[in-house]
Amino acid sequence: MSQVDERTAPPAAPPTRRRANWAVALPRNAWRQLTSMRTALVLLFLLAVAAIPGSVLPQRSVNVDQVNAYYDRHPKLAPVLERLGGFEVFASPWFSAIYLLLFTSLVGCILPRLRDHLRALRSAPPDAPRRLDRLPQHAVLPGHDGDLSAIAAELRRQRWRVVAREGTVSAEKGHFKETGNLLFHLSLIGVLVGVGLGSWYGWHGNRLLVAGSDHAFCNTLQQYDEYGLGPRLHPTDLPPFCLELTDFEAKFLDSGQPDSYRATVNVDEAGGAPRRESFSVNSPLRLDGANVYLLGHGYAPVIRYTDRYGRSQTSVVPFPESDATMTSQGVAMFPDANVDPKTGERDPSLQMGFQGLYLPTTPTDTFEARSLHPAERNPGLLLVAYRGDLGLGTGIPSSVYVLNQRQIDDGKLEEVGRSKVLRKGDTWTLGDDTKVEFLGTRPFAVLSVRHDPGEMIVLVSAGVLLTGLMMSLAGRRRRVWFRVTPAGDSTTASSRLVEAGGLPRTDYPGFADEFAALVAAVTGGEPAAERSANGRGQRDRPEPREGTD
Amino acid sequence: MAELSNLLLVVAILAYLLAMVCHAAEYAFGSRSVVARAATRPARELVAVGAGAPMKADLPPAPPGPPAPPARSGAIAGRAAVIVTALAGLAHLGSVVTRGVAAQRFTWGNMYEFALTITLVATAAWLVLVTRRPELRHLGLFVALAMVLMLGTAGMVFYTEVGPLMPALKSSWFIVHVAGAAFSSGIFLLGFVPAMMYLIRSGYDRGKRSFPYTLGRRVPAAAALERLTFRLHAFAFPIWTFAVAAGAIWAEAAWGRYWGWDPKETWAFISWVVYAGYLHARATPSVKRSTATWIAILGFLTMLMNLIGVNLFFSGLHSYAGV
Ligand code: HEM
Repeated sequence: MSQVDERTAPPAAPPTRRRANWAVALPRNAWRQLTSMRTALVLLFLLAVAAIPGSVLPQRSVNVDQVNAYYDRHPKLAPVLERLGGFEVFASPWFSAIYLLLFTSLVGCILPRLRDHLRALRSAPPDAPRRLDRLPQHAVLPGHDGDLSAIAAELRRQRWRVVAREGTVSAEKGHFKETGNLLFHLSLIGVLVGVGLGSWYGWHGNRLLVAGSDHAFCNTLQQYDEYGLGPRLHPTDLPPFCLELTDFEAKFLDSGQPDSYRATVNVDEAGGAPRRESFSVNSPLRLDGANVYLLGHGYAPVIRYTDRYGRSQTSVVPFPESDATMTSQGVAMFPDANVDPKTGERDPSLQMGFQGLYLPTTPTDTFEARSLHPAERNPGLLLVAYRGDLGLGTGIPSSVYVLNQRQIDDGKLEEVGRSKVLRKGDTWTLGDDTKVEFLGTRPFAVLSVRHDPGEMIVLVSAGVLLTGLMMSLAGRRRRVWFRVTPAGDSTTASSRLVEAGGLPRTDYPGFADEFAALVAAVTGGEPAAERSANGRGQRDRPEPREGTD
Repeated sequence: MAELSNLLLVVAILAYLLAMVCHAAEYAFGSRSVVARAATRPARELVAVGAGAPMKADLPPAPPGPPAPPARSGAIAGRAAVIVTALAGLAHLGSVVTRGVAAQRFTWGNMYEFALTITLVATAAWLVLVTRRPELRHLGLFVALAMVLMLGTAGMVFYTEVGPLMPALKSSWFIVHVAGAAFSSGIFLLGFVPAMMYLIRSGYDRGKRSFPYTLGRRVPAAAALERLTFRLHAFAFPIWTFAVAAGAIWAEAAWGRYWGWDPKETWAFISWVVYAGYLHARATPSVKRSTATWIAILGFLTMLMNLIGVNLFFSGLHSYAGV
């Protein structure tokens, strides 16, 4: 790593005091301050600190339920935190301010460096310093014939950038490092752009999909249980496709641990024939303009109710699981039950609702209503029947997974019986001679459908970032010079003096070795007479070569 | 197999303790190693000077110190310490391998296994380092101490029965991600040791003689420690970056988004930024080396927070909850 000069204040600024031009000086100084390494450091530190509340407080973008729970637990504090952006830290003004400043600083920092670097790439390696023996590495090549062109050729072969001048050869290597560093910092901007595009033009929706063609869904916002749409996107921009879950396979170990999940769907994309695809937890379904991810699964009991007029209705409702063994709870509601077929008159007090508990593996010897295993080894359904007004038409949004408790409390919805454990195919006859049948279950899958147009940009930028980082950390800039001093000027007895000097421009402990090898190579393997003018042992490698090697 | 693994872990911890005793004996009887003394010579700052610019005046070569009386018993204890550390590492490796065999998978399915793996990486890296640079041997006491602390905590607090992986964890990107994270964490862990010792040693050099600074008396010279710290961090940082990127790729495949600010991700980001800050600080001449080193230490604390704290305090998507 080099010791970079701080870019804070190039001394070039002439004293323009006389004009008291603070209107120019102030922004210029502010800009210099902003683009200094110290500021970058402070901003980096601030960024790290600012991220901490994002992990301590529940975040809306990660888990809305936890935010709501937080509101319940801290009713006073929560609104204050809300105003401070505590539940959306990564979208909050202060977090954005920090990273925008950091990136401004970044741009201000790398543009001049980019310019300097391009200049350095084009310019020839500089002339040799007057006294090579003052350099950190120095050697005299006594046996050498003084053929500088051969030296230059050897250096070129070793991929140094070489310039031969009158009596000297200058060579340089390792622009690699600064190139990598600039690539790295530029790619950070790429990452930011990709993230930005993703949040502007991306969208996602979550959907619980029950197996069966009668439950197929198509990609419109109304069909999602929950969704998010980028601000630059219109609902009609969503790509058209329909999905039908045809099969869901969940494998579990005997211990109950899930082993694998696989969903099979019929896909109907615009402009293509319907096709069958399957996907699993780590390999999403990739459609044109959207990816479909498998987030969860469960069982949807199929329940048929036959009312007092002999009319049957079937409900297929997903029962979300409440524990790891897939003990699942839900409700089946029949608001249209017991409508007199002759008059067509509906009696709201005769609606039917069933609170249900589904156990994929029902215990045989205990009364605990808990499934023993997540797979359907011994399925059983427990129902509690309610009759009365389900309260669906009240306009108050109600959950589809529980009965309306208010109606029960108000006595408008009454419990009328509890079933025994119903097996698949069992019928339970209620007091009023109506019947409930448990017909079996269908699997359901919880899907997340997403599109993020910035993803590829971020991925490519991350690749560049990593490459640049490695180049920057492994690269070492260094220069060497060879000089032939004609007889007379030389203090040695031989007719001419051939000497070499080397200067590592970055921290590079192995340079002595490289220099020695280079000298040996140009002298044809002969050891040089005097290896170091500075008493710094060649062989003493004071550094572990771990790390940046 | 699982019992064998647990047994080997106990053996490993005891062996690390024994290595500490040997190192301490070397501490007590030995003189400072020759090279460590040599390294005390003020290292000449390499400044980026253009050719032709005046060179910084050379410092006179340090006068060779009076030959140290060979402290044989100390050296023997020191060498024994390294050998015992190697044996401890073997037992440690055995513990990890047998656990892997018992579980039929790589050993990074939960916090306990992860801690076991990163300490193994740190030990292996230390052994490589100390064979190539014997003069760093005195640091071994603190390396072994770190191992005893980490493994002891892992075994007593985080122990988890052998179990299979969740479906979401079965992915090649997951393997790459966790392997990268374990490897870089191990190197960061090892880097933490010279970082601490650098701060102690430079305090000692400034004349502090109270407790933690007295430990600095025999460790390698401050400059050498500082450079070692940097080397290790510069080596680990790209691997850590890669591990985070691989994790993002995996998250994209598993959850549909490459980054979601889940607590584990948030802390990975924090560590990354802090370590980037360390590299920056070290490259900034106006920032003192000790300040930079403090940032590295802070970085390691954030790694620990991610490894342990996040699993304990927050719930997230990362199913590492095996506490
Ligand atoms: C977005 C925030 C930034 C991050 C994450 C970051 C990260 C890094 C990292 C990890 C390094 C060390 C690796 C290397 O040598 O290339 C580095 C080096 C460097 N950074 Fe940054 N940086 C950021 C912003 C900046 C800014 C704003 C500046 C300028 C003020 C800057 C200037 C430099 C310089 C000059 C080096 C080279 C040090 C050397 O010579 O090795 N960086 N940066």
